[in-house]
Amino acid sequence: MSAIIVLLAGLVAMALGYFIYSKFIAERIFQLDPNFRTPAHAMEDGVDYVPTNKFILWGHHFTSVAGAAPIIGPAIAVIWGWGPAFLWVIFGTIFFAGVHDAGAIWASVRNKARSIGAVTGDVVGPRARSLFMVVIFLVLLMVNAVFAVAIAGLLVNNPSAVVPAWGAIVVALIIGQLIYRFRINLLAVSIIGVVSLYALIGIGPSVPVELPGSFMGLPANSQWIVLLFLYAAIASLLPVWVLLQPRDYINGLQLFIGLGLVYAAILLSNPSIVAPAFNADVPAGTPSLIPLLFVTIACGAISGFHGLVSSGTTSKQISNEKDIRFVGYFGAVGEGCLALAAILVTTAGFATIGEWREIYGAFGDGGVNAFVTGGANIVANGTMLSEPVAVTLLTVMAVLFAGTTMDTGVRLQRYIIQEWGTIYSMPVLTNLPLATLIAVGSCVALAFGAGGIDGTGGMMLWPLFGTTNQLLAGLTLLVMTVIIVRLGRSMWYTLIPLSFLLVMTTFALLVQLKSFYDAGNWFLFILDIIILVAAVMVLLEAAGTLRRHLRTAKAAG
Amino acid sequence: MNDDDPGSGKGNDWRAWLRQASGIAEELYFGRYRATIARARRDEEDLFMLLVFSEMMGVPNPASYYTLELQPLLLERFHDWHRRMGMERSPLDHFRCC
Repeated sequence: MSAIIVLLAGLVAMALGYFIYSKFIAERIFQLDPNFRTPAHAMEDGVDYVPTNKFILWGHHFTSVAGAAPIIGPAIAVIWGWGPAFLWVIFGTIFFAGVHDAGAIWASVRNKARSIGAVTGDVVGPRARSLFMVVIFLVLLMVNAVFAVAIAGLLVNNPSAVVPAWGAIVVALIIGQLIYRFRINLLAVSIIGVVSLYALIGIGPSVPVELPGSFMGLPANSQWIVLLFLYAAIASLLPVWVLLQPRDYINGLQLFIGLGLVYAAILLSNPSIVAPAFNADVPAGTPSLIPLLFVTIACGAISGFHGLVSSGTTSKQISNEKDIRFVGYFGAVGEGCLALAAILVTTAGFATIGEWREIYGAFGDGGVNAFVTGGANIVANGTMLSEPVAVTLLTVMAVLFAGTTMDTGVRLQRYIIQEWGTIYSMPVLTNLPLATLIAVGSCVALAFGAGGIDGTGGMMLWPLFGTTNQLLAGLTLLVMTVIIVRLGRSMWYTLIPLSFLLVMTTFALLVQLKSFYDAGNWFLFILDIIILVAAVMVLLEAAGTLRRHLRTAKAAG
Repeated sequence: MNDDDPGSGKGNDWRAWLRQASGIAEELYFGRYRATIARARRDEEDLFMLLVFSEMMGVPNPASYYTLELQPLLLERFHDWHRRMGMERSPLDHFRCC
């Protein structure tokens, strides 16, 4: 099967989704009104509330939501063959993610641009709001732990990426200084930044760095995990303009360049997909496709994390309510394109099916390393880059995505801990270093607790991360559905995705619970139970609230 | 930020284009963090306000001779400041802004 055909089929389907389905949702269900005075205008303050051009806003929104997760998820899920992953990404983007992301912006815009957590408190109730905070905390905890494990694995496997990946931090620090202290033109700085990043990638293969095999009893993998969290703790304490802002910016540019490069390489080299469309011969120990596929690919098909971005910052900058369709839905399409690229490179980037089966020897094995290997093969074939440089390029791309998410994730976790300190009158929790220590400490505990001291088993957390992320999406969809029911419009376009997600996540949690029990992994067993409790509470909350509102609507109608 | 500045004159086309690209880049760089940075700056200014008005609240300030001069300049922000600090009314006996 030619990769170009699959690529085009995916792009055409998502384009149809955007031009037809999103138009229908925007006009009939959300009924976006160009004359509605959005919070960006009503509360304009030049700081939080700023009416923003829709293309620029899309750029912010897309780069905030796209990261390593839409790469890692599909790269693991192709173990069931490219077909199921492809279908879930495409249909998920069209019917789930696009509606969810645009809907979260819409719900927030219609509620004074408050965060979806705050809107939940008003629309569903205070209990749901607390639940929301707990689920967000769990998502952040897992995303930080999983990404640290993924980055550590990448750095151990590809020593050539160590210098450019850490060098990117130095580049970002210098850019931040050039912009704020020396006020150098941003266009010039952007070019300097991108050129230096790619120069570092170019020299990476000649200066490989490997950590000692064992240091204080820790293998190289664990040493990287500890170093990464040390970095994340420091980065989360620095003022945003020093590191996070320039790093995010360079990453955004790198995202567009990298995505463009991978798509161009596929089009130029036209590789054929060696992996089967449906893998009937999965390695022993691979869980069943249903329900695990739907939690393995979260970002790229639907992700609750997007709701936080949509309602936290994007909704405050929507200039015209009609822009929601482009910013939210097309943002999801952008992420779908990233996931599609991940599927293609992990299934078409290998010469033979034997080679592919070797990489996908066990569930969770392929992942981001398959993305790097397969992607490098395609990029090296389609462009004039040499193989080692292509490997370094793809590794750095994945490391930078995951790294920036960690910076932000640790920072957000700290905010939540500090907020709990305020809510529950425990001033000790509001202490900055202590809150950071708790945030980082819990992530480290999770990274090592999940897979032992060598930290290599941390990827077992991935499906649990997806599950929690889907729960978050479920809560957001619940809020949207309640609002839609109150307005007397058809609730099926959000209720069906909501029910599907809740059933699949609960099912997946039960399946995993059994496998953790069988494997005797009590740490993950307990974590699974905690998430299961949260899932059941979301389910009950959803059923109760909807019944109440439907009854009121019926009595009124 | 003039990201929608139309090109004026044929000779200046590329210059206008460059300006527009710069504008877009700036918006992309600063837009997302505008709020965070403004908040951080405000936190710093709040501390400064406390230093300037500390004598009035009974906190000795060795630099009061110099900060006194600043008081009229900062008076405009005084009301917002005391509200942000959780005081509904002006905490000072000498002048009431609300």
